[in-house]
This record gives sequence, structure tokens and C-alpha cells, in this order.
Amino acid sequence: MNAGNRSPVNASTPADIAARRLLVAAAVGIVGLLIVVPLASVFQAALAAGLSGWWAALAHDPDTRHAIWLSLTVAPVAVAVNVVFGVAAAWLVARFRFPGRNLLVSLFDVPFSVSPVVAGLALVLIFGRQGLLGPTLAWLDWKVIFAWPGLVLATTFVTLPLVVRELVPVLEATGSDEELAAVTLGANGWQVFTRVTLPNIRWALLHGIVLANARALGEFGAVYVVSGHIAGATDTMPLRVEKLFQEYRTPASMAVASVLAGLALVSLVAKFVIERRLDAEQRELEAARAVGEAT
Amino acid sequence: MSSSRPGMNDRHTPMIAFATASIASAAPSGTTVRRPARRRRPVLPGFGTTAAITSLVIGFLVVVPLAVLVARAASLGAAGFIAAAWTDRARAAYGVSLGASLLAAAASTLLGLVVAWVLARVPFPGRRLLDAFVDVPLALPTAVAGLVYSSLYVKQGWLGAWLVPLGVHGAYSYLGIVLVLVFVSLPFTVRVVQPVIESLDRDAEEAALILGASRSQTFWRVIAPAIAPALATGFAMALARALGEYGSVVFISGNMPFKTEIAPVLIVARLEEFAYAEATAIAVVLLAMSLSLLVVINVLQHKLSRNAVGAEK
Repeated sequence: MNAGNRSPVNASTPADIAARRLLVAAAVGIVGLLIVVPLASVFQAALAAGLSGWWAALAHDPDTRHAIWLSLTVAPVAVAVNVVFGVAAAWLVARFRFPGRNLLVSLFDVPFSVSPVVAGLALVLIFGRQGLLGPTLAWLDWKVIFAWPGLVLATTFVTLPLVVRELVPVLEATGSDEELAAVTLGANGWQVFTRVTLPNIRWALLHGIVLANARALGEFGAVYVVSGHIAGATDTMPLRVEKLFQEYRTPASMAVASVLAGLALVSLVAKFVIERRLDAEQRELEAARAVGEAT
Repeated sequence: MSSSRPGMNDRHTPMIAFATASIASAAPSGTTVRRPARRRRPVLPGFGTTAAITSLVIGFLVVVPLAVLVARAASLGAAGFIAAAWTDRARAAYGVSLGASLLAAAASTLLGLVVAWVLARVPFPGRRLLDAFVDVPLALPTAVAGLVYSSLYVKQGWLGAWLVPLGVHGAYSYLGIVLVLVFVSLPFTVRVVQPVIESLDRDAEEAALILGASRSQTFWRVIAPAIAPALATGFAMALARALGEYGSVVFISGNMPFKTEIAPVLIVARLEEFAYAEATAIAVVLLAMSLSLLVVINVLQHKLSRNAVGAEK
């Protein structure tokens, strides 16, 4: 924008500058009040009793320790299922046209629009003691609801769309020329995937993993319903936050919440870094295409 | 050059899950051999394996559980279903759920528009930081949000200390429900509207101004029609997110039947009393609401992506 520009759009009258400042103030106020202040107050409240108090609340309570451990074992399994499903589903939808494809794509998004509580209830109706498979599971002596497998199922359900949704646009954008070339040159399916496709989608895949992991660690509603909320057994970190809060142990609750908030911030930083890589790759792709079109 | 690439903006709306259209609309411009399945074998390998994995997971985790839920509700019979799903308390819960979600979605759309506008158009120091903070509600567990909001708005809290003396009760109240729902839905509205504002044709605005339109005329006649589909989509997504939300609301609403009890909280309450029939019936009502919203969102998104392609041409 040059200073001598007389165009009315770029003309900065004092009223415009004031309006712009007002808008910035409004946006900062909205994000500040709704997001920054609550986030800051988690850490402030968690550290109110000092670092040692914070540590004691986390490490000296066996139920809290168990909840942290449980969250750290449930989330990776849910993420792993997501990766396998996400890669397979994205390949299927981006590389093939078949009847029912659009319906399938719509089904990918269902877990996001269904209330997690409803999803949890649906799992209880199948795997619970009075559920469809209840007698069979009892006979096998397998516990799904009120146990670890139920937590994994519920967490996988709510995170299911995250990886696919990251991969499909990237697969669509890169196209299948390189893969077709590899097939023509005699590569088998696994070779095509690991040598051609995976290098193209790795940042998008990582992006999906970060998002799925963040959501998995924080899931509450679905896990609440299937867990039975048993301290020291099926309480994950978010459930532990709620239980401590119900027991009027707010400082301890805040301490656990601060760990979750810290993990969320780590996820966001990772997401930010990955997005920069993705943007760079997108620009490269565009440049390559421009060269291709020019010749 | 990039007009045939519908996934472009998805990067910036990663957790916005409802953008089915962006995937589905890519179908005609897909780069694979068209209709390979019928006439000859597809050239690329992996159709069988990926189809098997996908249908197994989707079937096992999504289709079967939801079908069982609906079948369980259907087995109550029409009269039994209505008796279970349409009690006074359940009706009140739907009312609170819908009312608070509508209010929150409206507020979120309006506030989201301001934030998106500033992020897209007004350069100022700290804009990238502001942009980064918008994603926090996507990563922050909802339980943490509920806990911290309830602690902020009680009388002893940072904000409650100011607001409660003024008669504004942001914790254990209807207002509290709306507040956390705005928090969880804000990224959806911002991230849907922001790319549309970024891609707006500034020439049209300039032309309107040169032709003598006032700033507000330019906004209402030129800008508003262009961003209306995005605002509608953002509103619908925010509504869908708010209707299903549970984790943050339980902390802050006080969960008083008939006053601040939302439908998901009532489902959990019934489940804990082992009243499976009633829980299932209410869940099916909620599911019907969510799925019809999903259809609305898909239609809106189709429109949005068509507009985007049209604008680039």
C-alpha cells in the first residue's frame, strides 16, 4: 500500500483508523475473555499452593496417578486404530470411485455430530451386561463396559473422523500419477504405499495424529458413560478432574486440569509446526504444477 | 490454477468435522481413472483391503451401535417411546438444550465474525498469537473448560468478583451453559468464515465505494451476501457441537431439572438409575436432531464449495 494511493478503499480517514482499532480491541477482548483468561486461570489455580503442592496433588494420590497412567494407555491405542482406519479409508475414498462412496463419506462425519453421551450409551446397549452381547461376553468372562476395552472403543469412536479428514484432501491434491507410475514399474501395493504415498502424506498424517491424540486425551462424555466412573480403575484424567471437583477438592482438580491444559498446549504447538510444513509442501506442489502448465 | 483443489482450506479447519462436502465434491474432479470398478480392474492396488478395513471399522463402531440404539428405542413401541421420550422433565431438557445451543450458536457466529474479520483483514502486532489462541478450545479438554469457567464466574472467581455484584451469575445458571457452549463452538465459526473473508474480491468493494456507496452499504450489499453461506454453515456447525456437548456443561450448569438440565445430562442421569428405556428414547431424539443438522450442514457446505469454485473462475 503506498501512501499516495487515492483509492477510497485504502484511504485511511481518522474514522477508519478508529474503526479498525475498535475491531481489533473487540477481537482481542473476545478471545481474551473467552479463551486466554480461562486458560491462564487454570495454571494460576493449579499453582496457587506452590509447585510442591501441585506435585503432591498429582503424585501422592494413587487414584490420580492411576488416572494419568490410564489416559496414557488408552489414547495411543485409539490413535493407532485411527491411523490404520484413516489411511485405509482415505485411500479408498480418494483413489477409487464406487457405488455408495458418498454415503460412506457422510458416515465418516457421523461421530462428530453425534453427542458423545449418545455414542457411549449405544456402546453400553451392545456390550453392557444387559446389552446385545452381554450374555456372550459374560460367558467369555470379558469385560468391555466399565473396563479398559470400553474406554478404547468410546475414545476411538469420537476421534474416528480426524485422521481421514486430514488425509483425503492431501491425497486428492497430490493425485495418483506417481503411484500409477510405480505400479507400472512393477511395485506391489505395499511398496507403492511406503515409498510413494506415505512420503507425500506424512505431514498430513502427523497432523491427524496430533489432533486425534489431543481429542483422545480430553474425551469426557462418551468415556464417562462407558467407564462406570470407578476411581483407581476406570477413571481417566478428565474423569478424575470431575470426581475431584465433586468431592470439593478443587485445588487437586485444578492440578490435574493443568496437566491436561499443558498437554493441549503441547498439541497446539505441534500442530502449528506441522501446519507450516504442510503449507510449504502445498506451495511446492503448486509451483511444480505451474511449471507443468507452462511447458 | 488451484481452482480444482477443494481441500485447500481444510488445513485451517482441521477439527471442523462436518466438511463432508469438501470430500464429496472432490469426486468429479478426482484424478483417478473414472469408473474403474465395473469395466476393468482398477489399476491402483488396495481396493479390497482398504474397503474391508473401512467397512469393518465404520460398521462395527458407527453403524451397528447407532442401529442398535434405534432398534432398542423402536422395541418400546410408539406409545412406550412417547411415554419415555416425552416426559415433562425430558421436554424441559430438550428446551434447555435447544434454547441454550441456539443462543450460543448465534453469539458464537457474531463473535466469530468479528474475530475472523480482524484475523483476515486487519494487520496488527500479535495477530498470529490471536490466531493461535482461537484453536485452544479444540485441544483443551471440555472438562477443563467447564471446571475453569465455573471457577471464574463464581463470586470468589476472577470474573465473578465483578459480575456477581452486578447480578450476573455466570456459574450454575443458564447463562453459564451458554458461556461454555460459546467457548467450545467459537473455533468452528471463526475457521469457517475466515477463509471466505480472505478470498473476498476486494475489487467489488472498491467498485462499490467508488460508485458512492457508504461503508455500511458496501458491507450489507457486497460483503454480507458473499459471507452469508459461510456464516450459515458456521452457525449450523456451532449448533451441532453445542447440542451434543456434555463435558463442559455438567460442571457449570448446576444440572437442575427443568431449569438448567440439558438432554445429555438427563440421559446420563437416567442411565445411572438403570432406566435404560428412557435413556435410550431421549438419546434417539437427540440423535435425530444431530443427524438432521448434519444433513443441513452438508447441503450448506455443498453450496459453500460451489460458491468458492465460482468465485475463483
